[in-house]
Order: sequence, then C-alpha cells, then structure tokens
Amino acid sequence: MDFLNAIVLLLNYIFVPALAYGSQLALGAIFVTLIYGILRFANFASGDMMSFGTMVAVLFTWYFQSLGISLGVLPTALLAIPFAVVFMILYMLTVDKFVFSYYRIKKSPPVQLAMVSIGVMFVTQAIVRIIIGPFDRRFFDGEKFIMKANEFKEMTGLNEGLTIKSTQVLTIFVTITIVSILFWFLNKTKTGKSMRAYSDNEDLALLSGIDPKRVVMITWMIAGILATIGGVLYGLDKSFKPFTYFNNMLPIFAAAIVGGIGNPFGAFLGGYVIAFSEIFITYAYKKFFMYVLPESMEPNSLIQLLSTDYKFAVSFSILVIVLLFRPSGIFKGKVL
Amino acid sequence: MKQYANVITAYAIMIGLIILVGIFQSWNVALSILNFCLISAVMTMGANIQWGYAGLINFGIMGYTALGGLAAVLVSVPPVREAWQVGGLNMILCLGIIVLIVFAVRYVLKNFPKSNKRNIGIGSIILVGLIILRLVSEPAIESIEAVNPATTGFLGGLGLPIVFSWIVGAFFAGGLAYIIGKVALGLRADYLAIATLLISEIVIAVIKHEDWLARGVKNVIGLKRPVPYEVNLQSEPWFIDLVGKWNHGALDLISTTAEKKSALAQLVIESSSVFVKLCYSGLFLIVVVILLIITQKALYSPWGRMMRAIRDNEEAANAMGKNVVKQHLLIFILGSAIVGIAGAMMVTHDGLFTPGSYRPMRYTFLIWVMVIVGGSGNNFGAILGGFAVWFLWIEAAPIALFLINLFTAGFADTNVFKLHLINSVPYFRFLMMGIGLLLIMRYRPKGILPEKINIK
Repeated sequence: MDFLNAIVLLLNYIFVPALAYGSQLALGAIFVTLIYGILRFANFASGDMMSFGTMVAVLFTWYFQSLGISLGVLPTALLAIPFAVVFMILYMLTVDKFVFSYYRIKKSPPVQLAMVSIGVMFVTQAIVRIIIGPFDRRFFDGEKFIMKANEFKEMTGLNEGLTIKSTQVLTIFVTITIVSILFWFLNKTKTGKSMRAYSDNEDLALLSGIDPKRVVMITWMIAGILATIGGVLYGLDKSFKPFTYFNNMLPIFAAAIVGGIGNPFGAFLGGYVIAFSEIFITYAYKKFFMYVLPESMEPNSLIQLLSTDYKFAVSFSILVIVLLFRPSGIFKGKVL
Repeated sequence: MKQYANVITAYAIMIGLIILVGIFQSWNVALSILNFCLISAVMTMGANIQWGYAGLINFGIMGYTALGGLAAVLVSVPPVREAWQVGGLNMILCLGIIVLIVFAVRYVLKNFPKSNKRNIGIGSIILVGLIILRLVSEPAIESIEAVNPATTGFLGGLGLPIVFSWIVGAFFAGGLAYIIGKVALGLRADYLAIATLLISEIVIAVIKHEDWLARGVKNVIGLKRPVPYEVNLQSEPWFIDLVGKWNHGALDLISTTAEKKSALAQLVIESSSVFVKLCYSGLFLIVVVILLIITQKALYSPWGRMMRAIRDNEEAANAMGKNVVKQHLLIFILGSAIVGIAGAMMVTHDGLFTPGSYRPMRYTFLIWVMVIVGGSGNNFGAILGGFAVWFLWIEAAPIALFLINLFTAGFADTNVFKLHLINSVPYFRFLMMGIGLLLIMRYRPKGILPEKINIK
C-alpha cells in the first residue's frame, strides 16, 4: 500500500504537471526550431510572439463570454484559438514583410537577424502591454478538474490523492494532435518535403524549383499556429502575464537546443526533457521516502536537490552540459 | 577638425537636450538623467569592446551588472560580527571545498586520457563535492539568516569605502567572464548569445535566493556614499554661503530679512540635492574619461588592429599566427569587467541593492540597443548611444503623452480609448526603443556615429 501511495505521490506532483508543462514547452520549442531551421536565425521575439497570440485569444474569449457563448465543460478559449491564429499569422507575415525579408534577401549573417528580432521583441512587447496591460489575466472557464484528490482517495482508498486538472489533459491531448499533424505534414506532403529540403540546403532547393517565398510563408503560418496554441495552453494552465511569456522564452530556447536545433522532433522531446528535469530536481522527496523507507530510516530534511527558486537554473545547466558535450543536441540538429 | 564635426554636433545636441530638461523640468531630473547616461555609457563601452572590437555577442550584461552591484554591497557594508561567529567558519570551509573540487577536476583532466571513465570520475567528484558542500553549508546558512533577519541576516561586507567596489566589481565580473568564456566561447554567435543570456539568469537567481550573501530579495539599503549627504550639507556654513552667493541676484530682490532667510533656506534644500548629484556626475565623468582614453588607445594600438583582424576574418588572423581563442577570452573578460564597474557605480549612485530589479530587458537588451544605435566599434558612438537611448527611455513617457494628446485631441477626455492609451503611456518606451532599433538597423546599420578607422 505504501508503495502505491508513493507512486501516486510522484504521479501527482511530478509526472502530470511535468507532462503538461513539457507539452507547452514542446510547442514553443518546435516554433523556435522551425524558424531557426528554415529562416536561419534565433528568434528572440518568440516568447513575445506567443504572448501576442495569447492576448488575441484572451480578447476573443472575453468577447465570446460577453455574448454568452460557451463550450460547456470545455474552456471558451478553445473557440477563440482559430481567430487568434489568424491574427497571429497576419502579425507574423506583416513583421516578416517589413522587417525580416529585407535581411533575408540581402543574405545578412544570422547574428544581424537575431539583433533585428530583438527590435521586434521590443515592439511586440509594447503592443501587447499597450493593448492588454502588464497584469495577470485569467481567462479559464468551464470544468476545472477531471479528478479531484478527494474523489481519487475515495475511489482507491489510498492516502494520497491524484488531482488531474482538465487543462492538463487538454494540453497533452492538443499537443499530441498538433504535433502528429505537423510531423505528418513535414514528412508526407509535398509542401512539407519542400520545407525540409529548403532547410537542408537552400541552394539545392532553389535549383529544384522550390519557391522560397512560399516556403517562408508556410513556415510563418505553422509558426503562428504553434505559437498561439502553445501560448493559449500555457495561459489556460497557469495564467496570462506578458512578462512570464518573455521569461518562458529561455526554457523554450533551452528545449530547442537540447533537442538539436533545427530538428522538430528533437525540440518536441527537448521540451519534455527540460520540464521533467526542472521538476525532478526541484521536488522535495521527503514524503516519498517516508512511504518507501521503513519508519526507522525516515528522513528529517526535505531531501530536495535544489530549491524551487532555481527552477530556471536547472534547464540552463542542462543546456550548458549539452552544449559542452554534444553541441548538436541530443538528437542531431544543425551544428552551430 | 572637420572629421570630428559630426561627433561634436551629436554630443552638442545631446548636452543641449539635457540642459533643456534642466530648464523646463528641473535640474534635479536633468542631473539624474545625466548620471544614468554616464553609467550607461560605461556599460556600452564594455559591450562595445566585445561586440564592436571583437564581434563577440554577449547577452549576459545583466549578470555582470548585478555582480558589480554585489561587489558594492560586499565592500561597503560593515561586517556582521554575530553572523560571522555563528557561520563564518563553515562558509570559509565551503569556499575551501569549492577550490578543492576545482583543483581535483583539473588534476583529473590533466593526468588522465580522455575516456568515458574520466567523465564519470569528474562527474562523481563534482557530485560528492556538492553533497559535502550542502552538508557543511546548510546549518551555517540557517544560523546566519537567523541573525537579526529584519536588518541583517547576512555576512555583511568589509566596511571599506564604496568607491573600492568599482574595482572589486570589475574583478568579480571579469572572474565570471573567465568561467563563461572558458565554457561557451567556442560556440557560434547565436549560441553564445543564448548561453550568456541563460547564464546571466542563473547569476541573478543565485543573488536573489542566497540570502546569506546579500540578503537576496530583501534588498540591502542605506549603503555608504562617497559624496556628502544632503542633510549634512544643509547645515554646513560654507555651503549656505555658496548658495547665497550663487543666488545673490535673486535674493537681493527680496526686501525683508525674514523672507530672505526663508527663501535662502528653501534654496539650500533644493541645491543640496543638486550638489550631491553633481558630485556623482563628477565621479562618473572621471571614470568615463579614463575608460575612454584607455579604450581609444587600445583601438589604435597594434592590439586593436589585431582584434579587428580577428573580427573581420578569423581564419586569416589565425593563419597569421594570432591566437584567436586566447584573444577572444581576453576581450570577453575586459568588456565584462567594464560592465562590472558600471554595475557597482549604479548601486553606489542609488545607495541600495535590489536583486529583484535586475531584468534582461533593462540591463541586457537596452544596452544592446544603445550599442547598435550609437555605432558599434566606435567608442564615441557607443557613449552617444548610451546617452541618447537613456534620454529617450526616460523621456519617452512625456513624449508619448504629448503625442497621444495631440492625436486624440478630437476625443472627449472621458473617451475610453483615449483613457486606455493614456494609462498605458509607460509602455510606449518599449515601442520607441524597438522602432528606433529597427530603423537604425535598416537605414543606418553602422549606427549614428559609424566606426571610422584612420590609420595614422
């Protein structure tokens, strides 16, 4: 019984939250990695672009709520996502047309594009804050829990409860759907293959008649979908605050690089690697050992490898270690 | 002379703008803008050495700034004897353990051939070391933080004059840069950017959460000043005399002695804070001028030529026998050390250390905007960028308010749209910075004052 309790404890505090957080990171990391692989620059505006998409979704959610439209048990935000995606893609294409395309055509070095993306970051951040303000916004509605701790305890008779939030299940479900569609698109369709070809060798792709403008446009469209959905899912699970989104850029970058930048599948797994290690290392295992070990050996400290304050530091340390020993990432990406 | 015409014009405009602020807003505001402009100028010089001279991207400026600030605390605050008594020995022991770990790892690296076994060995040395470190430090940290937590709860510093911290801050930042450089300098540009950004976040996390070091987010306030305090100044006879002489034209117009006295007292209070700010400006100006002379000399020296050669074509410079890796590391340390000085200067000016206020937007990306806008590779350009961008950063809100009122003049004052815009005035500075950066990158990619190398 104690053993089961210990497992439920880990499931409740580590596995489920990490899976949800990892999914959110994974979507962001694929977004970063696609831009890096195809447009060939590190997009420092990615966190703020995600917050832009989420902002539009929040506004639409509020609008729908004021009209009295709702999805019942599901959050209304799901209904707002398609509209937000459209706005996000329009915004990205506008930015690309007026800012990035000039440098791309000039074939500027990637560093210069990264600098330019910092300008875009400033502008996007300003737009988001001017429109919706810098405060915490909650836009979740519908049924909050799929399983409450009490219900689980009653059901199984265990001491430990297992709480599953509906946003967590939603996040994991949506992420897996989106990512499978994306991989099918990249691997099976002609457009997807042309994108991969363009990413692999630009000159050769152009020679074989691939239209670069089309590739770039489709890349931004996919990026817009990923950024918006990733952002909305994160916002539903936690809350929407522009500054958090800017900060999230860091673990997202870490995930993309750990997985091998330019490699979407690597980025997908990288998100989970980062999320799991962050939570594994900062979790206090005291209770777990109380269940597993006999009473005489019970620990009296928290048994925490690192305090939760260093959550970010964990992902960065992993990044540094990966950079040192495998600069191309766990799954071979572009060697930088 | 002619070739310096644009430099002189640009600086004249900048000084003119600050004087205008002094006339229309207040001299207090103008001088605090000037002081922060000077601090920003030091930071941009540091970033410019790395980016402009050597082409190294460093997005970790925030980390070095914070280390400089930490140095200011550790140098100037008097030591907390009680805390040293309860936990000092253990903390020194910890330092010893860290040194021991480093030497053990170095020893293994040097004396064993590269293999998986060696990697595991190094890993286990570090792991065992960390566990011992944890066991030794945990009780000490707890007892240190328990010492009078409302006011101290940390080890305190050395109790020296705070100006020394400017040098110590440089060493702190340089030391961190050495470690980062050893680890990350081999990476290509955009990787280096991300790695440094992440490492600076780690530095901030450590400073924020290690309360025994500098009280963390509880902040250290009331640091000693290198300049007189306003309250003391106001009672100094020579200062009152000086203010009286300076303003005697205005004071002579007042007839009654009682009114004259009260007017003088008012003036003394106002001028005391201006005087203090002027003292700071003087100190900062000395630092800026010294650094400017050194960096200019370096730029035109054979070493500066070599750096430019490395920046423009690494392979060629390497083929000519220049040690690219070593030079990159050197310049990375030098630039970071200068940023460290700026960080210490800033804490000195504010008189308080607030780790919570270090955010990458303000301390990393804004500095980069300054360097790019001003002109990378040109010291005068970088300093001008620091001045211009900081000025805009501060004055953005009034400018935005003015523009909003201008464009929405047709709406009523209660209009929802207008009110919303006016409420979000503080965020227009981000918009201005972003658009400014984008425009400069597009139409004047070398900055306002581009790099100009005249070989003598």
